[in-house]
Amino acid sequence: MGNYAIETVGLNFNFGNQAIVKDLSLQVPKGSIYGFLGPNGAGKTTTIKILLNLLKSPSDQVFIFDKEINSNRIAILKRIGALVEQPAIYGHLTGKENLVNRCILLGIKKTKADEMLSLVGLAEAANKKANKYSLGMKQRLGIAQALISDPELLLLDEPTNGLDPNGIIEVRNLMIDLATKHQKTILVSSHLLAEIERTATHVGIINKGQLLFQGTINELHLLSKPMLEIEVDNIENASTLLIKQGYEVTTKTEKVITVPFVSSRKSGELNTLLIQNGFTVSSLYQQRKDLENLFLDITNTN
Amino acid sequence: MHALYISLISEYYKSRKTLAFWAAILLPLIICGLISAGFYNNADKIIANHYPPMLLWAQYSGAALGVMGFLIMPFYVIFMAFSVNNIEHKNDTWKMLFAQPLNKFSIYAAKYLYAIFLIFICLFLFATLTYAFGHLLQVLVPKFNFNQYSPLDILINAYTKLFLASLGILSLQFIISLLWSDFLKPMGIGFVGTIMGIIAANVGWKYAYLIPYSLPTLASRITKVKKGTDPLAFPVFTQEIWTSLIYASVLFIIGYFIVTKKSIK
Repeated sequence: MGNYAIETVGLNFNFGNQAIVKDLSLQVPKGSIYGFLGPNGAGKTTTIKILLNLLKSPSDQVFIFDKEINSNRIAILKRIGALVEQPAIYGHLTGKENLVNRCILLGIKKTKADEMLSLVGLAEAANKKANKYSLGMKQRLGIAQALISDPELLLLDEPTNGLDPNGIIEVRNLMIDLATKHQKTILVSSHLLAEIERTATHVGIINKGQLLFQGTINELHLLSKPMLEIEVDNIENASTLLIKQGYEVTTKTEKVITVPFVSSRKSGELNTLLIQNGFTVSSLYQQRKDLENLFLDITNTN
Repeated sequence: MHALYISLISEYYKSRKTLAFWAAILLPLIICGLISAGFYNNADKIIANHYPPMLLWAQYSGAALGVMGFLIMPFYVIFMAFSVNNIEHKNDTWKMLFAQPLNKFSIYAAKYLYAIFLIFICLFLFATLTYAFGHLLQVLVPKFNFNQYSPLDILINAYTKLFLASLGILSLQFIISLLWSDFLKPMGIGFVGTIMGIIAANVGWKYAYLIPYSLPTLASRITKVKKGTDPLAFPVFTQEIWTSLIYASVLFIIGYFIVTKKSIK
């Protein structure tokens, strides 16, 4: 206790008979960017809604800044900014009016609205009606709404959804900035491992409501060891040769042999070995495990 | 209290550019304007009837009150209850609203009070404009005798009754609009309820006062001024009004419990 911005203890949540979140024990350290990874329907958004007390959790299972959420709802919400699913925007109001409305609700200065608009690059569209905004602009406005109260903890549910490459990079840099320069804690959900890898310091992987992995990004890297895929003729003989030479053949299909990647030099040696023994290597490439395979790996080892 | 106040301010800020808000101002303006235009164009015929001043006022204000009490008022209330909730349903902003550091009661009560406020504004303007346009007619057509009687007490009494009698419908429709995000359910239930209410009130069913939708009709009926009686002799706090207020408070409390239990999906 004490070091976590978010801590859930064996959290369970059901919609009727359907269990959405099972025995979830999140531990989000203060000042971290916590990548919350999982495929669609894994329970990410439900978890975020529980963290905002939009969905009621059983008592003594969710703690934010060491306080139990159900009995400290308002005090906790004061310290959180959130973007959940689609940004919550009033279409008939302009971008600026949406932010001013938020200022009214939070009791903060209305000048903050302009500040936020320039931060997310919407200053020029400030007086345009929000329902005329593109998906990316709405997403930026949603991020501005989450940031406007200068919260200590940010919950961002797929914040790069609908953004173009430039926008994605901006959001990424903004998150890193907020965490490193302003000591914010950020929980960011995504279904893309590559997206999370670039920003997160910590990762939690959830599937079907269960947390399959939790740890630092380096710990995750150890799990998702890169592989070397070799396309070669006469697969059977080639793989026998490799095994004889002490290589570990992870998988073997009709066309491809997969071995753990060690280094570029080792890959070259392996290539030479195969060619010297009369095999034709048509391609040789390094492959990172994608999220699905990683899931399988993690579930298998459990 | 502060949370309730800022929630109310926010309700106004959000709605000030919507039809729901402007309807509260335009509806009385248009209806009173039309009635006054009718009186102005038919001034000769009306003057030929030689109404005593009180009856002239009764005819004139009754035109607006009658149409309001029977038909427009229930639908207007249904529409207000719908629109204050629909602004959140339509934009999918309930989750944002309930993720703010404000207690849920303030958010809920502010919406409810704002709907009441819009109805109040509408009826207040009806009373004010009836009075003002009556005097304007007097200036335009000096042969009228509007200036010989002050209808203020009747207007205030009648519109206060209509306002109080409509709170029952408001609370019921408010819950329906809170629960369902679509247009058809609250409007459909409201429409059927209103028709039923009007029929029940008009056939003089003994228990019509138990149907919230009957109450404005029942309330406005008592307001009608009979010849030769004192127009101020009608009581404001009648059975209909009490029923309406009881409905309003009970449903308001039930609505709050629905909000606290409501999971924002």
